[in-house]
Amino acid sequence: MCNKELLPHLFRTEYRKIVSVLCSLFGISHIEVAEDIVSDTFLTATETWSMKGVPQNPTAWLYTVAKNKTRNYLKRNTLFTKEISGNLVSEPAVEEEISIDLTERHINDSLLAMIFVVSDPCISDESQISLALNLLCGFSIQEIAEAFLTSKESIYKRISRAKEKLKEKKISIEPPAAVEIEARLNNVLRTVYLLFNEGYYSTTQNTILREDLCAEAMRLNLLLLENEKTNQPVTNALFSLMCFHASRFKARTNEEGEIILYDDQDTRLWNRELINQGIHYLKLASSGDRLSRYHLEAGIAYWHTNKGDSMEKWDNILQLYNHLLTLEYTPIAALNRTYALSKVYGNETAIAEAEKLNLTNHHFYHSLLGTLYSGIDQTTALLHFETAFKLANSTADKTTIAKKIHNLEAFPSKSKLI
Amino acid sequence: MKEFALLFRRDFETKTDQPSIEQLQESIKLWQNWIGGIAARKKLVNKGNRLHPEGKVVRSNNIITDGPYAEIKESIGGFIVIRAIDFVEAEAIAKDCPVLLHPFNGSVEIRQIISAETNV
Repeated sequence: MCNKELLPHLFRTEYRKIVSVLCSLFGISHIEVAEDIVSDTFLTATETWSMKGVPQNPTAWLYTVAKNKTRNYLKRNTLFTKEISGNLVSEPAVEEEISIDLTERHINDSLLAMIFVVSDPCISDESQISLALNLLCGFSIQEIAEAFLTSKESIYKRISRAKEKLKEKKISIEPPAAVEIEARLNNVLRTVYLLFNEGYYSTTQNTILREDLCAEAMRLNLLLLENEKTNQPVTNALFSLMCFHASRFKARTNEEGEIILYDDQDTRLWNRELINQGIHYLKLASSGDRLSRYHLEAGIAYWHTNKGDSMEKWDNILQLYNHLLTLEYTPIAALNRTYALSKVYGNETAIAEAEKLNLTNHHFYHSLLGTLYSGIDQTTALLHFETAFKLANSTADKTTIAKKIHNLEAFPSKSKLI
Repeated sequence: MKEFALLFRRDFETKTDQPSIEQLQESIKLWQNWIGGIAARKKLVNKGNRLHPEGKVVRSNNIITDGPYAEIKESIGGFIVIRAIDFVEAEAIAKDCPVLLHPFNGSVEIRQIISAETNV
């Protein structure tokens, strides 16, 4: 790796580790101190390495400098030291030498503890994602703002407010006890999945940034898989699901960053390696007796990795959606189920079911009906696509619907559109 | 919006009228599609349970008998809870229940659930 790439790379991999260890040491109320020390460490690295060259073991160098900076900080701020040493009763000689443990084991424990902190339900979904990106993925405020298509100021405010909330609630930074894992793991997986979806369905046209967000979500999930406490069937199910989705990355956008729908994708671009990995983790997920929404969604995503339309494929997808909906209703799942129904029982049956869904405010609802009516009743199909176009908010969605309208007008007698 | 329990009854007794293994297998999909359709309309409150046809009845004079169906052949095979505006909507949903189809030829009893808040 050349020097130019080395620092950003180390920032991505090491920032979160040192921040997590220092946060665990200082407690939630001094989270900014931890961030400042680590930022300062990287600043020193940039200056020193550009003059003296890169050290033999850059990671060890960063750890040593971070430790020294922490010790100096503690010496200069005796009050602060007393306060945090109050939390460290197990270490008698704290005032002299607070131990800054950067061993792999302690790093992993601290990272795990921090994932649980940023996923705390006392802060909003958007805050959870922003904090995770900032503290655990080493994303700058600028990068997060770009991902959310918003200003730096609003992200900055969002993160500050979230930190204040965590401090107010005195959230403790420690690896969760075995007994509470199950209840709290759901929140963590939810945050990881939100982060992934933010990348996968992001409105930003920046494909590299999108892939980065998804990769970071998968990295956090891997971390949960590496820890025996959090390596549960449900954790494997979520990872499997993300592998299947990610396998279609290259196929689902064109050069302009526009979304290519599933049916129009060049299946040669699907990533076989990720599909196989998805299958591997789905097998690991199938132990235990709890069938989570991630299991079902991974099952649906698995069947989508099978090319073409077979009865077996769509029948399985339909049954998985039926099951998913009984666990948790979402409009998207209801619409996707109806699409699967059309593949198994035909458009007429699906239209009758779709019209009972009561989702007339949803542009996907009208897109679905437009698709189902295509070839049966072109006028009604067109009306639905036009309503969908009016209801859609994003340019990407409008472009997709405009294409469907164009197809309908170009091939008025084509019986099967999608 | 009110909640209604749908109770599915059919004859588990008459030997000659029982569905074949294939028919039972086929019916699983029908049930899943029916319940999935209710859930897709956000009308499923509780997917309930299926019940074994056998059972015991305990009566006040400490007499225990086999099964609730001494006089009638039909017994409850399961139940779900749905959400509907009124009986008319609940009936429309129940109308598509697979228990009504051949070879089950059963029935669906609809009972409104008394709301814990209002007691009506």
